[in-house]
Amino acid sequence: MLAAGLVLVLALAAGQGQEQGAVRGVLREELLLQPLPVGDVAAVFQFRTRWDADLQRGAVSHYRLFPKALGQLVAAHGVRELHLALTQGFWRTQSWGQPPLGAPAGAELWAWFQDSVPDVDKAWKEVSNILSGIFCASLNFIDSTNTVIPTASFKPLGTTNGTDHRLLRYAVLPREVVCTENLTPWKKLLPCGSKAGLAVLLKAERLFHSSYHSQAVHIRPICRDASCLTVSWELRQTLTVVFDSFTSIQGKKDWSLFKMFSRTLTDACPLASESKVYVDISPKNKEKELLEVTPTPTSVHEAIVQGDKRTYAVYDLLSPLLFNASRSLNVQLKWKRPQDSSELSTPVLHAQRYVSGYGLQTGEISTLIHNTHPYRAFPVLLLETVPWYLRLYVHTLTIITKGKENKPSYIHYEPAQDRQRPHLLEMLIQLPANSATKISIQFERALLKWTEYPPDPNHGFYVSSSVLSALVPSVIAMKDVDVEESPLFASLFPSSDGSSYFVRLYTEPLLVNLPTPDFSMPYNVICLTCTVVAVCYGSFYNLLTRTFHVEEPGRGGLAKRLANVIRRIRGVPPL
Amino acid sequence: AARAEVTARWEMLYRGTTAREEAALGAATAREADAALHALQDSSPGSLTVYVVPEGSALLPQGTDVYVGKHRSALVRARQGLATLHARLQQLTQVMSFSASSVAAALSDRVPNSQLGPDTRRHLKSSLGYEITFSLLNPDPKSHDVDWDIEGAVNHYVQPILDKLSLVANFSVDSQILYYAVLGVTPRFDKESSSFILSAHSLPHVINPVEARLGSSAASLYPVLNFLLYVPERSHSPLYIQDKDGAPVATNAFHSPRWGGIMIYNVEAPASPQASLPLHVDVDMVRVMEVFLAQLRLLFGLSREELPPEFLVESPGNEGLADWELDCLLWAHTMENIATVSTTLTSLAQLLDQISNIVIKDDVASEVYRAVAAVQDAMAELAEGRLRSAFLASKEAVTSSERAFFDPSLLHLLYFPDDQKFAIYIPLFLPMAVPIFLSLAKMIREARQSKKEPTKMD
Repeated sequence: MLAAGLVLVLALAAGQGQEQGAVRGVLREELLLQPLPVGDVAAVFQFRTRWDADLQRGAVSHYRLFPKALGQLVAAHGVRELHLALTQGFWRTQSWGQPPLGAPAGAELWAWFQDSVPDVDKAWKEVSNILSGIFCASLNFIDSTNTVIPTASFKPLGTTNGTDHRLLRYAVLPREVVCTENLTPWKKLLPCGSKAGLAVLLKAERLFHSSYHSQAVHIRPICRDASCLTVSWELRQTLTVVFDSFTSIQGKKDWSLFKMFSRTLTDACPLASESKVYVDISPKNKEKELLEVTPTPTSVHEAIVQGDKRTYAVYDLLSPLLFNASRSLNVQLKWKRPQDSSELSTPVLHAQRYVSGYGLQTGEISTLIHNTHPYRAFPVLLLETVPWYLRLYVHTLTIITKGKENKPSYIHYEPAQDRQRPHLLEMLIQLPANSATKISIQFERALLKWTEYPPDPNHGFYVSSSVLSALVPSVIAMKDVDVEESPLFASLFPSSDGSSYFVRLYTEPLLVNLPTPDFSMPYNVICLTCTVVAVCYGSFYNLLTRTFHVEEPGRGGLAKRLANVIRRIRGVPPL
Repeated sequence: AARAEVTARWEMLYRGTTAREEAALGAATAREADAALHALQDSSPGSLTVYVVPEGSALLPQGTDVYVGKHRSALVRARQGLATLHARLQQLTQVMSFSASSVAAALSDRVPNSQLGPDTRRHLKSSLGYEITFSLLNPDPKSHDVDWDIEGAVNHYVQPILDKLSLVANFSVDSQILYYAVLGVTPRFDKESSSFILSAHSLPHVINPVEARLGSSAASLYPVLNFLLYVPERSHSPLYIQDKDGAPVATNAFHSPRWGGIMIYNVEAPASPQASLPLHVDVDMVRVMEVFLAQLRLLFGLSREELPPEFLVESPGNEGLADWELDCLLWAHTMENIATVSTTLTSLAQLLDQISNIVIKDDVASEVYRAVAAVQDAMAELAEGRLRSAFLASKEAVTSSERAFFDPSLLHLLYFPDDQKFAIYIPLFLPMAVPIFLSLAKMIREARQSKKEPTKMD
């Protein structure tokens, strides 16, 4: 059996040697520009490197398009799938609609390991440390106190032959601040760097002058062809940024590439086999011809994305026609007449989370999940990770929909251990049509040891976003799409069937105050006692060292002095 | 600081040749004799067999007195009595094992700068493993579509030499292609040859911007040897390196000690200027690997330059490394390892002296004991001339001593320094010092007054 496998591998290797192009990998780059309902503009960059080689066998050590640092990481630590997202800001689902690629505020890392990995925890620790070095992020703070093993929420996105959740690790660092130092190494992983292609638009000072910025790296094995006998490896680097057009462009909703990025596109990355810009020009409110894009797109693409029929203007940077007229491409969008933004179509699934209660002893975490679908009910998987210093009272867990109690069909709860691991709560909740479901649970705040407080303890402690995963029923029937053919923004999550689409939402992270001692107290005590001791010591020292002289007698007693005072008042010379 | 001393002792045994050796020596050329003798030798590392052939022997070509074979043997022409022969043998042994200068080079980190020439510092430090990374830099993918068969080249040319070196250290080889990676220096245009020139004095500035792109290895902590193949941009080709005298360097390559090497690979301009871009280029790996292997040997300090002219050294052939050269490396690395262990343990002892309340756990202590035992073992084996076991013991000593030294429990920041304790008690000490100083001042004032008063009396 083993020998046969080896022969197969050898044969494959020989086949690859003849076909140079296949081993080199394929790079596709794509930019999706999406005007959001409130007038902001979302730009989603995706760079996808597909490598037709098996990283896992360890024999591969010659890298071409695939970055060596990540390839070695995957090969050396038996990683099956890796997803890292670094996000600054919060995606406002209610006003912006479903996120193209959801991510929680801060840093999120989840990885599936091979079943041949002997110690998954050790491999996880090493992987997070190495990634922390590669991306200059504080992922090295991922340890057992913020790592959980979800049982149902995170399924592998690539090919897989088993979903034993013991091989999965998931961690979120809600406090992580994302900035230029994270963007630069991310750009360095691109084959063209930021020298050519769509990546020239990634100018840090514009990207971080925005309401939302999220960059991610997804590595997964995918099927090499339709028969799926061999795997290829896919590296997908994505970057989502939302520009607040109202504040930056004087209240007008018109935008252009130059206004957003202060650069224009001049060429495609010469290594890319596909380089496209998509602009969402879907007609809203059934009124067509409301907006106008210039220059004329090379083609128009229609697709059903997230249960909605969308029309995209496509600019193919590899098409020679595009750069014939002008040397650079500056996509512009103009609204023909001012659009009233009152009609906001709320997304089918959205959620809020908040913490309530008063005092520093107890509190309550509430999550509100809305299903705005007019007639379809659907289940949603909720994943809550709460740090150990908030002690959850599980008996207070209540789920109420339309005034009635809603019993979850699946509950997985792992209690926290102090300083060891966080609480993990996973529930499958059925959301009736057109309803809001409130999930609340009470907690008690723990007292920390004084060394466990961060440098600014009065800022509060973050509780990471809860994760909602759901198959949302689609209004329009969807076709099964071929991953290699369809645009990248539609192909990260596999669609299960034609009637529903997968959505992963992240709620707001929470900020909770813990009882915080007065950290200056020990120093105050030291100062006070030291002063008291010093004063006592000083007077004692004086007593011991001073020499005392006996005052000369003869100046008279009290009677004589009094008499002198009286004589001075009378103006008579003293005695 | 402890003063290190190295004593070299050679054990020379003379014997007559056996019948089979005699037969082997009867071969037509020295190379054939060497191959035939290899089968008859005891080939433990560190031992050498020297065959003394008569003065008039035709085995050695005219003008050469010494022939060094591919393995652990050499042929020496007998000339002018035993004393000359003895001197020659001593010279040969130093070439084939170690000499004072090779020992000094191995210990160069511990010898003051002035005593050594610049060349001795180019050797790689001894390590348990090395990573070899070949990088193809293509700064202009729009005009050049460069492809290299690195897998084949590594298997053909690099793997044999690494197999041979596997006793010295673990090696891993990988490669990558970097696009839009440019050198840090803009080359100068030379009108006469209509080519671009990188002069020798600008080479130190070439590496830094490239190094930022190379990336570090995620998988291990071993030192990395970088070999870069640079295909210049179309607007800067052809590009040549000039040495200090202004002459072009034949290999168009240079190496940086302890870091690796860079080779510039010029792409021939297409015959017709209308040729469509990008131009497909298949790198000639034989030419490239020749240079890289020579640089690899240089990085390990295996140069054959300083040999006397009457020495004839057999080329190591496909293996890239002769057996006796491996022995040279082992001698040098064993000594360097022993020196490293002694420095590591000395600095650990110094740390303990500095922070008196540091806690040495049992496992750290046992690592220290193991390191000391292994290093003593290595010294004893070295004195006996058993090179292989000496090297293995020294390697173990390095591992143990480093593990002890880098134990997380020995982080000196974990321990509260004494000067900070003093700072905390400042609120106590300062008010207490005030009356003391006041009374001191008073005493001085009184002392002065009592000195002045007698003069007043006069």
